[in-house]
Amino acid sequence: MSTVRVSTTINGDAVAYLCEVDETLLDVLRDRLGLTGSKEGCSTGDCGACSVMLDGRVVCSCLVLGAEAEGRDIRTVEGLAAGDKLHPLQEKFLEFAALQCGVCTPGFLVAAKALLDRNPDPSETEIRFALAGNLCRCTGYDKIVRAVQSAAAELRKG
Amino acid sequence: MPLDSNIDPATHKFNLVGTRPLRPDGVDKVTGRAKFGADANAPGMLVGKILRSPHPHARIRSINTAKAAKLPGVKAIVTAADFKEGKRALRDVLCNVMARGKALYDGHAVAAVAATSASVARKALKLIQVDYEILPHVTDVDEAMKPGAPLLHDDMITAHVDPAPKKPSNVAARCEFGHGDPEVGFKQADVVIERSFRTEATHQGYIEPHACLASMGMDGQGELWVCTQGHYMVRNTCAALLGMDVSKLRVTASEIGGGFGGKTTVFIEPVALALSRKAGKPVKIVMSREEVFRASGPTSSSSMDVKIGVTKAGRITGALAEIRMQGGAFAGAPVELGAMSAFACYDLEHVKSVGWDVVTNRPKQAAYRAPGAPMVAFAVESVLDELARKIGMDPIELRLKNAAKEGTQSSYGPKYNRIGLRQCLEATRNHPHYTAPLGPNEGRGVAAGFWFNFGGQTCVSLNINIDGTVALAVGTPDIGGSRASMCMIAAEELGIPYDKVRAIVADTSSLGYNDISEGSRVTFSTGLATIQAARDAIGKLCARAAKTWGISPEAVVWENGHAKPSSPNAGDFAPLSLADIAKKAGNTGGPIAGHFEVNADGAGVSFAIHLADAAVDPETGRVQIKRYTVIQDAGKAVHPSYVEGQFQGGAVQGIGWALNEEYVYGKDGRLQNAGFLDYRIPVASDLPMIDTVIVEVPNPGHPYGVRGVGETSIVPPLAAIANAVSAAADVRLTELPMSPPRVLKAIDGKAAGKARR
Ligand code: FES
Ligand code: FES
Repeated sequence: MSTVRVSTTINGDAVAYLCEVDETLLDVLRDRLGLTGSKEGCSTGDCGACSVMLDGRVVCSCLVLGAEAEGRDIRTVEGLAAGDKLHPLQEKFLEFAALQCGVCTPGFLVAAKALLDRNPDPSETEIRFALAGNLCRCTGYDKIVRAVQSAAAELRKG
Repeated sequence: MPLDSNIDPATHKFNLVGTRPLRPDGVDKVTGRAKFGADANAPGMLVGKILRSPHPHARIRSINTAKAAKLPGVKAIVTAADFKEGKRALRDVLCNVMARGKALYDGHAVAAVAATSASVARKALKLIQVDYEILPHVTDVDEAMKPGAPLLHDDMITAHVDPAPKKPSNVAARCEFGHGDPEVGFKQADVVIERSFRTEATHQGYIEPHACLASMGMDGQGELWVCTQGHYMVRNTCAALLGMDVSKLRVTASEIGGGFGGKTTVFIEPVALALSRKAGKPVKIVMSREEVFRASGPTSSSSMDVKIGVTKAGRITGALAEIRMQGGAFAGAPVELGAMSAFACYDLEHVKSVGWDVVTNRPKQAAYRAPGAPMVAFAVESVLDELARKIGMDPIELRLKNAAKEGTQSSYGPKYNRIGLRQCLEATRNHPHYTAPLGPNEGRGVAAGFWFNFGGQTCVSLNINIDGTVALAVGTPDIGGSRASMCMIAAEELGIPYDKVRAIVADTSSLGYNDISEGSRVTFSTGLATIQAARDAIGKLCARAAKTWGISPEAVVWENGHAKPSSPNAGDFAPLSLADIAKKAGNTGGPIAGHFEVNADGAGVSFAIHLADAAVDPETGRVQIKRYTVIQDAGKAVHPSYVEGQFQGGAVQGIGWALNEEYVYGKDGRLQNAGFLDYRIPVASDLPMIDTVIVEVPNPGHPYGVRGVGETSIVPPLAAIANAVSAAADVRLTELPMSPPRVLKAIDGKAAGKARR
């Protein structure tokens, strides 16, 4: 299998790697770069556990090739906190018990961050639709939606 | 079991129990640091992949691995021949892990390879030649029971039938529970309703696929990292299948990304170990989502007949259920638990339930949250709903008139201790949801559910550290926040702050045996063991204080985290804190630790009532849940947020089961929807908020009154939603899932029926 060399930016840092041409960005993040915060629940774009931001848009990293990251800007759950300070979404997920097993949590945090970036005051329905690409089997979504509502309010306070 | 407890959970003022502190594993889980099954790697690690049968039923004439073995990068190949046949009890487990002689379902493992990369491993699988003789197959439970159905096992003689059948069949066993004579009961009834119901198989649907990393040394010692609900079970089973001493295999439970019962058995773990042993290198296997659907346990599909009679005054006079469940290719459908739980909510004179455990060419079912109970509750609670309408009685009133209470002889045998069904029913009737107005095309459904809750073998070790903090080692994987609850319980007993206790899930070599995290047993059993381990440590702490003071240990009491002389007569000494005593432990007798080992019983049964409002679109048959409330007895909620989470999670899994989820098999016996796109679990935009009411009727078998809460919440939703949909559409729905085509068919059928009339 032929390999390609890729230079990209991940969570603000310049990163270079070699990957096979058919290797997904998710596999590169997890297996080559040790960024195992993004999870694989399906590898077919149906669960959202692998969600990352690519140039400011949420994508399923299982549907992006590692080679496509050349020159792009990637943000993963590992880049959400600022140093030792959790992002308000992370804090609210903890406070509202929005995770049971926590395997869906990285994907939800990335998707919720993208939502709040473009809509700081979403309605419950808007939150539910913005997170409809992320599956959670444990919580029934109730506490996740409440955590996002509360984080939005917190962020609006500035 | 002496609990030497002087706590009355109803009146006791807890410091921590009942509060909502942050979970100790939380920060790791919101920052991506937590290590789940697929997140571990080892130097020199190989990738393992499994070849699976494309046929639902086929004799394996031969497997030729020669070509695959020659592919550069392939380091090991295993088939059934690489496993020890061993004890009979493990035969089915082994045959499921790796097909032996016959492939019994689409997706059944037949061989596995370990290679230097995933792409090489995939290529190698294509080079393995399996010569199959295709056999006729059967996937439907009723079809499989018919004489002349394709036979899966030619030595399967139905158990518990007298006289024993002469010929083999697909029926593994029959079971029967109850008392009195339902036929007598039906004669006393004013109204008798009999209906047949069917439910399709659904998958637990945990978001994390099965994953493990195995490493076998050439000295025969092994390490296994795995996402499982029971790492001791994994150790014991794998050791037996690989012919190893149990002591030579150390299993570490990773963070687990959901299980719901589906991670209570082995699939890939023995395969990874066998590959590692052969290759002399670590091997990681991660199932794909497709493999999870095709080859790990869904629950059973069912076919049921239920007959119940009531008087006009609302007294149930007789109840009868016949339940048929297919549990995939091997015996073990949860029909016994289903039959036992069928009428467990009610106080009945004449009751009987009969169950049939049937095999078909589908993956072996695995436990799924209250295994067997939700489908049976769907049938029973649907008939009760119809009866309530027939006699013009409020459905909660009907249930209250027949509700089991303390002292009731349950339909499955034992007499109930203190239970909370009546309290749940009353809380439902008083809830604003129950009387809220409904919109157009909306219906409201109510249903009751029951679950046994388990206890089981449990072992806890609690070490007092030099600075007065506490290291708590438990052996039950944390599947829903149990480390938080255990820290709370230990801190409560010791009288120290919550954040001074750190709980870990110990590996199998560090702590004694623990049963699987299943049966809603963890908060009950591990909680019980943690209380007792803490009390054991307190005894030792008091003894050290006594030694320091030169008084008798009996003259020392433990209060608010301090040892104190029990009375002025005992001496006048300033209280010693846990930290004071810990600091000096080296001089007063060495390390201080508390332990407790138990086979816990006394897990109190629990009941729940669910209330659902459903809107049915008469044009498309689409159902939407508009409002949903869960009312459940938790005994005592240790961490109410996670109790609510269990209520909500179970309800939503039930909503999926009721409305969308099903295993779809083609005529060819292959699974048609092995992915989250076609097997659709509920997403956020499908749902309303899920309201919860925690009822607390203490369990007399636990020092704090705790009851298990994890499973009961999935028992009522199928029925509650079916009752809501039936009310909205004005026609009784008896088959799950109530997908748009099915609902539309029922509506059209009703219209056609009216037109004929
Ligand atoms: S793993 Fe990418 S969407 Fe599921
Ligand atoms: S918390 Fe387990 S899948 Fe969401």
